[in-house]
Amino acid sequence: MAKKESTFINMVVMLFLVTGIAAAALGFVYDFTKGPIAEAKLKAQQEAITNVLPQFDALGESFKTLVEEGGDSLEFFPAYKNGELVGTAIKTYTKNGFSGFISIMAGIDSEGNFSGYSVLEHKETPGLGSKMDTWFSDQEKPGQYVIGKNPVSNNFTVTKDGGDIDAITASTITSRAFLEALVLAYNSHKENKEAIPATAGN
Amino acid sequence: MSQLKNFSKGFIKENPVFVLLLGMCPTLGVTSSAINGLGMGLATTFVLLMSNIVVSIVKGAIPDKVRIPAFIVIIATFVTIVELTMQAYLPSLFKSLGLFIPLIVVNCLVLGRAEAFASKNNLISSMIDGLGMGLGFTFALVLLGGFREILGAGKIFDITIYSENYVTLLFVLSPGAFIVLGYLIALINRIKTK
Repeated sequence: MAKKESTFINMVVMLFLVTGIAAAALGFVYDFTKGPIAEAKLKAQQEAITNVLPQFDALGESFKTLVEEGGDSLEFFPAYKNGELVGTAIKTYTKNGFSGFISIMAGIDSEGNFSGYSVLEHKETPGLGSKMDTWFSDQEKPGQYVIGKNPVSNNFTVTKDGGDIDAITASTITSRAFLEALVLAYNSHKENKEAIPATAGN
Repeated sequence: MSQLKNFSKGFIKENPVFVLLLGMCPTLGVTSSAINGLGMGLATTFVLLMSNIVVSIVKGAIPDKVRIPAFIVIIATFVTIVELTMQAYLPSLFKSLGLFIPLIVVNCLVLGRAEAFASKNNLISSMIDGLGMGLGFTFALVLLGGFREILGAGKIFDITIYSENYVTLLFVLSPGAFIVLGYLIALINRIKTK
């Protein structure tokens, strides 16, 4: 095939064709993957809720609450066992990570302590800040373990700032942000306690 | 040039990272662990292969003056396809690599091979070139990520080798990428001149 001349009309037609085909291909792929992507996200969320809460057999209806300081709302997922409330998973976040936004699923049990957490989304440095996924749930290191604690019994700031929690080595900013997100979830949970149905009613 | 040579040139002789020094941004950015390097390398290989195929097919129809924008659109299309597919079917890999996938668009390696090779050669050669270069890129990223992970985290592919108390944190940070890359380039040059 001979090379097309770079005339104005040739250039316009070819670029139009290339972008048109690209757009059509992308539209098709988007449509095709839309379902699986939504499913994968939902599954990840369900898994996170299961991981952060004590054993439960039913999830109540989730609801959203506004944060006092403004910003995005938090989502609450109450969980029940034999009809009794065993804990609430709260999708919380912070914008103060080393690379901005961090989204965390935090579980609070019926006594008001953290029962677990799971990092849903973050952009922290791999090998450093990204360690928050396991760092704060290491049972062998009580200084950095947040589970079973709450911001009233312990000071939820890093030791460098006079708090009770050991920050991730070389990732103080990430650690601060992480704790901030947990405290946000805790405070919001305290304020909205009445809104969470104590029994699984239908 | 035989097709075998065409394929194998990407590993040492014309390795995109160590010799051509193309695609440095993702190279330095993602290689904090071997597994990240592997994922990024394979995703890039797929994009490179597909864009080389398409560019070598349409090369005759694209007027010279608009070839670069046309190539970029083709590359960006495949990158988005990779991104969506990964998000749908490999969500855990997407979680760790998601951030870097859009970076493939600006990876000079992909545009470089489209411009320097696929737009001048036939379909079969372009396919082999894309595959060889992509795997060479993957090889370089795994090597770089492996060294950085061993030195900086005491692990390789998440398997602990020695205690975290003795690691040199610098190597998982950005300067470590430059240091390890420098030593690896020196090593490859030594091998090549022999």
